[in-house]
Amino acid sequence: MDSNTIYTKEMFQKAPRELRESETIKRPSISYWSDVWRRLKLNKLAMAGLVILIILGIMSIIGPYMSDFSYYEQDYSAINLRPNKSYWFGTDELGRDLFSRVWLGTRYSLFIGIAAALIDFGIGVIYGGIAGMASKRVDAIMMRIAEVIYSIPYMLIVVLISVVFSSTGAGTSMFVLILAMTITGWVPMANLVRGQVLQLKESEYSMASESLGASKSWILKKHIIPNTLGPILVNVTLTIPRAIFSEATLSFMSLGLQAPRPSLGTLVSDGLAVMPIGLFYQILIPAIIISLVMFSFNVLGDGLRDALDPRLRK
Amino acid sequence: MSKYFVRRLAMSVVTLWVIVTITFILMHSVPGNPFANENKNIPEVVYQNLLKKYGLDKPLSEQYLIYLKNIVRWDFGESMKSNTETVNEMIARGFPVSAQLGLQALLIALIIGPALGAIAALYQNRFPDYISMIVSIIGVSVPSFVMGTFLIQFVARNVDWLPIGGWGEWRHTILPSFALALMPLAQIARLMRSSMLEVLGQDYIKTAKSKGISRTAVILKHAVRNAILPVVSILGTTVSNLLVGSFVIEKIFGVPGLGMFFVNSIYNRDYTLIMGVTVFYAIILISMLFIVDIAYTLIDPRIRLTKEGR
Repeated sequence: MDSNTIYTKEMFQKAPRELRESETIKRPSISYWSDVWRRLKLNKLAMAGLVILIILGIMSIIGPYMSDFSYYEQDYSAINLRPNKSYWFGTDELGRDLFSRVWLGTRYSLFIGIAAALIDFGIGVIYGGIAGMASKRVDAIMMRIAEVIYSIPYMLIVVLISVVFSSTGAGTSMFVLILAMTITGWVPMANLVRGQVLQLKESEYSMASESLGASKSWILKKHIIPNTLGPILVNVTLTIPRAIFSEATLSFMSLGLQAPRPSLGTLVSDGLAVMPIGLFYQILIPAIIISLVMFSFNVLGDGLRDALDPRLRK
Repeated sequence: MSKYFVRRLAMSVVTLWVIVTITFILMHSVPGNPFANENKNIPEVVYQNLLKKYGLDKPLSEQYLIYLKNIVRWDFGESMKSNTETVNEMIARGFPVSAQLGLQALLIALIIGPALGAIAALYQNRFPDYISMIVSIIGVSVPSFVMGTFLIQFVARNVDWLPIGGWGEWRHTILPSFALALMPLAQIARLMRSSMLEVLGQDYIKTAKSKGISRTAVILKHAVRNAILPVVSILGTTVSNLLVGSFVIEKIFGVPGLGMFFVNSIYNRDYTLIMGVTVFYAIILISMLFIVDIAYTLIDPRIRLTKEGR
């Protein structure tokens, strides 16, 4: 239609009275998390990380059963074999099957990482939530305590605790490793939760809920924590690789999981011992897997952070 | 400012005291004592004398006070496994080596990291950005012990000039420095990239450009200067990462530094050495955090400390 068109009365129609119909939302509404997921899907690197993690997760569950050999069985007629038809990843210097050891090690490493992150999450949310909701005085005291704990170098305390427990003779158990990592590891999470709580406490919906007679714990549970889940999730995703990395470093100091139980860290440090005699494959495979795990969690965490950040929404 | 300084200093001292105490409690909660589980057949008199030598015959509270007093006087006692050196002497021997390695790595990370991040931000979503992001993803994904091993396997074995391990000449320091620097370098590059991107979108950059200032001057004087602030704030963490990295890197490359002593003291269960090195590391790290915090408030004019502290 060009600008010269003359509009006549006949060209118009009366709008139907059913205004309500025009007000209804035809498209399904998108929830917060499906919106996040939609944006995360666009991030190829993060999706690659997710896919790798799923594959590694599945392999860590079924991998040890796929091999004909157990992770602890020693066969002195088959030591230091290179990868072949019956031993897919080869054997180590005690003749143990590296295929089942690598996947079991992946399982233990993932378990340690996830458990440490979940415990950090639990303590951090409770401590940070209480500090954020409490009076200023209590908050100040709680935060001073957290500040001191956080200034204690993470790795030093992890090493000390592992030394003490491994000296009891029982060796470093999974429980001790996780304890050592969470004893100072929860502080960043608590700080994060407290900051969010302080901010959200002043929001309109918290005030509305309070004026309707809701208790503090109700507001915390129903309004504040669900809204802080995003940043918390990012933090959890980035805590897991840190814990896995710490466990691997401990293995290097002979403070890792007790033999014959493998972890990715103990496998790498065992592999290092035989590398000078030319058996490079023994360190290569666990090194690649540990790097893949770290890579995947890191890119997934970054992707989640971008997907959750409302400032990046277009 | 001076009030903040004092408060921050007091916090550091309290933290140090907490660490010293925790270290003491943990090391003395090890069941038995270091001599009991070794030679079961040492004569009773010798055993008592050993206990006396290390002050283990006194009540625990007294031992604690003596320990605190000694630390204040910078005396970490005698090593339980080495007959020739005290813990102080071992720290004095190992620390310069570790410090050289650590400083070289820090220098590498502080020069390449921000440059890589800034270039990535300037060429966002173009070739240089991809290259720098690949480097930094490798840096945070590949643990330093894997990187060290691979450097030995693929670089040192093929380049005659670079030794596989050991210490003495400067060329011995090159590979371990790079292996140690990679992780902090990558972290700094990532941080620098995002902070640079944020700064480049600010109005004062547009103002500077519209005033006709050259591109180089805008980038160096206006963008990089502001974008580098977050990098300064994580320097404390960087130093502590370097320290942890040094445990492993020194062991792989056979560098006779403090990190290697620490790892060996754990192998040997040399409790006085473990305690001494832990406290020494804690002192270094906490002073670093303190310095970084104070420096940060000095260089960032946006942080104005109010009367009540923060």
